[in-house]
Amino acid sequence: MTIVSLRDVRKSYPAPRRSADPVAAIDGVDLDVDEGDIFGIIGYSGAGKSTLVRLINALEPVTSGSITVHGTDITTLSEKDLRGVRSGIGMIFQQFNLFNAKTVRGNIDYPLLVAGVAKAERATRVAELLDFVGLSDKGDNYPDQLSGGQKQRVGIARALATSPRILLADEATSALDPETTQDVLGLLRRVNRELGITIIVITHEMEVIQSLATRVAVMEKGRVVELGDTFDVFSEPHERATKRFVSTVVKGVPQGEELEVLAARHPGRIVTVAIREDGIGQAEVFRTLAAAGVAVELIYGGVHDIQGRTFGNLTLALGGEPAAVAAAVAELSARVSITEVK
Amino acid sequence: MDDLIRLTPLFWEAFGQTLQLVWLSLLFGGLGGLVLGGLLYATRPGSLYPNAFVYGLVNVIVNIFRPIPFLIFLPAVQPLARSLGIVAIGTGFAIFAISLAASFAIGRLVEQNLLTVSPGVIEASRAAGASRLRTMFQIVIPEALGPLILGFTFAFVALVDMSAVAGYIGGGGTGNFAIQYGMRQFNPVVTWAAVFVIIVLVQLVQFFGNWLARKVMRR
Ligand SMILES: Nc1ncnc2c1ncn2[C@@H]1O[C@H](COP(=O)(O)OP(=O)(O)OP(=O)(O)O)[C@@H](O)[C@H]1O
Ligand SMILES: [Mg+2]
Repeated sequence: MTIVSLRDVRKSYPAPRRSADPVAAIDGVDLDVDEGDIFGIIGYSGAGKSTLVRLINALEPVTSGSITVHGTDITTLSEKDLRGVRSGIGMIFQQFNLFNAKTVRGNIDYPLLVAGVAKAERATRVAELLDFVGLSDKGDNYPDQLSGGQKQRVGIARALATSPRILLADEATSALDPETTQDVLGLLRRVNRELGITIIVITHEMEVIQSLATRVAVMEKGRVVELGDTFDVFSEPHERATKRFVSTVVKGVPQGEELEVLAARHPGRIVTVAIREDGIGQAEVFRTLAAAGVAVELIYGGVHDIQGRTFGNLTLALGGEPAAVAAAVAELSARVSITEVK
Repeated sequence: MDDLIRLTPLFWEAFGQTLQLVWLSLLFGGLGGLVLGGLLYATRPGSLYPNAFVYGLVNVIVNIFRPIPFLIFLPAVQPLARSLGIVAIGTGFAIFAISLAASFAIGRLVEQNLLTVSPGVIEASRAAGASRLRTMFQIVIPEALGPLILGFTFAFVALVDMSAVAGYIGGGGTGNFAIQYGMRQFNPVVTWAAVFVIIVLVQLVQFFGNWLARKVMRR
């Protein structure tokens, strides 16, 4: 079931100078997020990712288009009704944005206070959330007494206080070190699995998408340029921007300097074999080459696991009788996607 | 020295007046400053209640009145005091004039301190479903409380200064005392005694303000 749906959403900001055009931060976006998904949105700085989440959370009005959350078009609601919508959507931030003047408990309590929950009930809920994020002993601490990872845990607990069905995470791990990032990503995964909360993750790091997202949208200049299941986008990127993002974690066909180094080291032919779910497996590739008497060396690339599915881009240096190599490559070409590298 | 002993009861009376003067004008001027500063902060473009007209108006008013030297400000607001039914000399007028002048100065202080609150924190409050009014009073002001306390401590010292100047128009207080019995009668010991007591008062208040701000900011 669709939980968040965007139709031709546009958002422009007034021109910075009188003579300039207005800034089109979001330039016609259509998007459907299914309930229970972890939906990733990736893009370079200025692509409009933060603007998009702020529109979904109704922190800013759209210029045109419609946004439906839980079946309600939020673009036509009054400010008072929007408060209810926001209360039903959790949000976490890159800089955590904790209330420094309040204790950890006070931070988590605030959304409940705003929602008018009775005092006793709030105390129970706060204790429950502290336990969920593993900070039961930090309730009386102030944010400046916590590490970055702990702060983000508080941010997550605060976002979950009112039991929202949707959680928006804007660069939630970008200010954290790799290990803490894994911790927080693990917690987000638990939020999704154990509580069934739909998560929209904004990031410019492909690793975050790889380890978390079930679906991904690639944004560029206020538009969604590519959209699909994370596995498909990683294994078959189409757009230039997508390919650049994918190449940060997946080695495809070697190019440029890397290729020169490889070519210098391996005098024979070099090919890249794309191992995909619908094609033949690695074993079959290696068996065919061995049967033809070709010496094989894996020199670049590897196998990737995404959402429990695997694919690989194997760059192989082939040695042996040139005619035999050519025959073997020709035979394989009919059964698997091969790119001639050299 | 004999003069000083003879004048002691008078001096403490004057000191009591100073305290009253400063305390009451800090109260009124502080409230006025909170309103003006809050208004400037909230109506600024991109803030909680953006309103270019109100912001521009208050901004211009503050800019006009704040830089006027207090010695000139005093006679300048005499007609205003009269029109409001306040006697244009004496302690009542001094409190009125100091409060008014302080409102503008404190208004700027408050605005600047509120601006130190990160926009992200405000966004977090609004994302939690809080109204703008609640965000202002339960998030913005508490977040800025430490610097606000330091700002008000700073304002207190400025008010002591103003209260001494107000002595010229018969506002009473230590300033008046120092002028009347120290300066006019060429009695430096009396002047220094007055100065010394003021210094001790300012030190005490500054110390208390720092302590309170540290307690609020926990560092
Ligand atoms: N309040 C605003 N006023 C004017 N322009 C804005 C405003 N907010 C964003 N923009 C512009 O909209 C565009 C998209 O900004 P946005 O913050 O959504 O990008 P982003 O993808 O989140 O980037 P980053 O990865 O750096 O956070 C940018 O060109 C930015 O300058
Ligand atoms: Mg951003």
